[in-house]
Amino acid sequence: MPGGDLIDISYFPGCSLATSAKESNVSLMESSKILGLNLIELEDWNCCGSSSASCLDKELAFALGARDLSLAPAGRPLMAMCPRCLHHLRYAQLRLRQEPEAHRALERRWGRPISKDLEIIHFMEVLVRMGPKRLQEGQVRSLNGLKFLPYYGCTLFRPPALRRQKYFQAEMGTVLTILGGQELTKALIYRCCGSFLSAARADVVTPLVNEIMESAVATGAECLVTACAMCQLNLEIRCTWEPKIPVFHFSEILALALGAQDYESWFVRHLVDPRPLLQARGLIS
Amino acid sequence: MSVSPQGFGGSDAWPAIVIHEQDRHFAREVERISQAGLSRCYHCRTCGNGCPFVGAMDYPPNSIIRMVQLGLRQKALECHTIWVCVACHTCSVECPMVIDIAAIMDALRRLALEEGAMVAETNILDFHREVLHSIKNYGRAHKLGIMLRYKARVRQWFADLDVGLRMLAHRKLDLKATRVNALEEITRLFIPHWKRK
Repeated sequence: MPGGDLIDISYFPGCSLATSAKESNVSLMESSKILGLNLIELEDWNCCGSSSASCLDKELAFALGARDLSLAPAGRPLMAMCPRCLHHLRYAQLRLRQEPEAHRALERRWGRPISKDLEIIHFMEVLVRMGPKRLQEGQVRSLNGLKFLPYYGCTLFRPPALRRQKYFQAEMGTVLTILGGQELTKALIYRCCGSFLSAARADVVTPLVNEIMESAVATGAECLVTACAMCQLNLEIRCTWEPKIPVFHFSEILALALGAQDYESWFVRHLVDPRPLLQARGLIS
Repeated sequence: MSVSPQGFGGSDAWPAIVIHEQDRHFAREVERISQAGLSRCYHCRTCGNGCPFVGAMDYPPNSIIRMVQLGLRQKALECHTIWVCVACHTCSVECPMVIDIAAIMDALRRLALEEGAMVAETNILDFHREVLHSIKNYGRAHKLGIMLRYKARVRQWFADLDVGLRMLAHRKLDLKATRVNALEEITRLFIPHWKRK
């Protein structure tokens, strides 16, 4: 990154990015490096509790999130890429602020302070704060008018309790347009992907996913770009509609535009091979 | 006593709402747990119209709120809807009265589990339990382990086998789970608070 200082940020990957969506994690690290960010993985982080803990036991979900917050060093913001992890961490912080007794009890139990003022931000917010100039300076490849549909999923629909927080997920389209992509939006970009029902009730999720994909193809999109690793997985594995179009992690496209080289190892992990499309657009060789 | 809708010019097909077994404290209890403001609901049905999952539900979300308002405890706790809801919050955002409907579903699930009500969607509950089992053992969700144990529990080994194999082939399922080092901090969270020292 020309002329920019490294900015230290604590990074919470979450279970999906650490395992099934490793390509998202790797490309996120890569783009951050190019942009001059220093992402420091939260040491010994645990699962935020996911939907299952908050479905069955709110107290457990709260404690799991609180433990992650207790591990974050003071003085630098905590960043997450997974929108659901972000929700659960913010929810835990909200509870800590509202319940001083619970806060004290957890601090005593783990023997470390839990900051109630820790800033919890999404990767998109980091990009917005950086501004478009920095992105353009780091840009190596133009996206050559790649017609993409920014698929936000249900991340923009947030619980009323967390309504007053800052969110920047809607910037996905703006950022990729700056980098030369062509944004299409007239499709089901906010429709929920089915979340955990994909495992237990695939019969419910398949029609939903097909509807989303059909609407994307109808607007002329060549691919979908999503900020959530679970959406990416559900859209790929539950789609029975033809023709299948590739679904990218946002960080993959970002890293590609910023000149990352090891994309081959990310794209082989996709169930719908995105390489023919990117080759046709002259983005990869 | 049952209220028949016929008197209001409705059709015979509407199910009658039996209100003789109402629980007068139910609404207050759900309100206390969820903090959702459910008494504000005037049944405009926006929630059900926007819900992506309403087709898989036996009652739309506002009907659940009505059951709670009327004190129909068993009916509300034993329905499919509370388990099908994934808390995507589409309804919470669209609701003109800003009712946190997903929080009501959370509260009802909690009451259903506490009271041992019949769970209408056992597969979904089994899946959640396996995710928690994984978090308890590793501190993180290990997808392959969760899916294998879930399959064993519901005894549907061949459902979704193709998807599982494709995910394995694309190395989307790690064989080995990564662990949290200070695992005792996690496992302790799973001990009910009255048993903790």
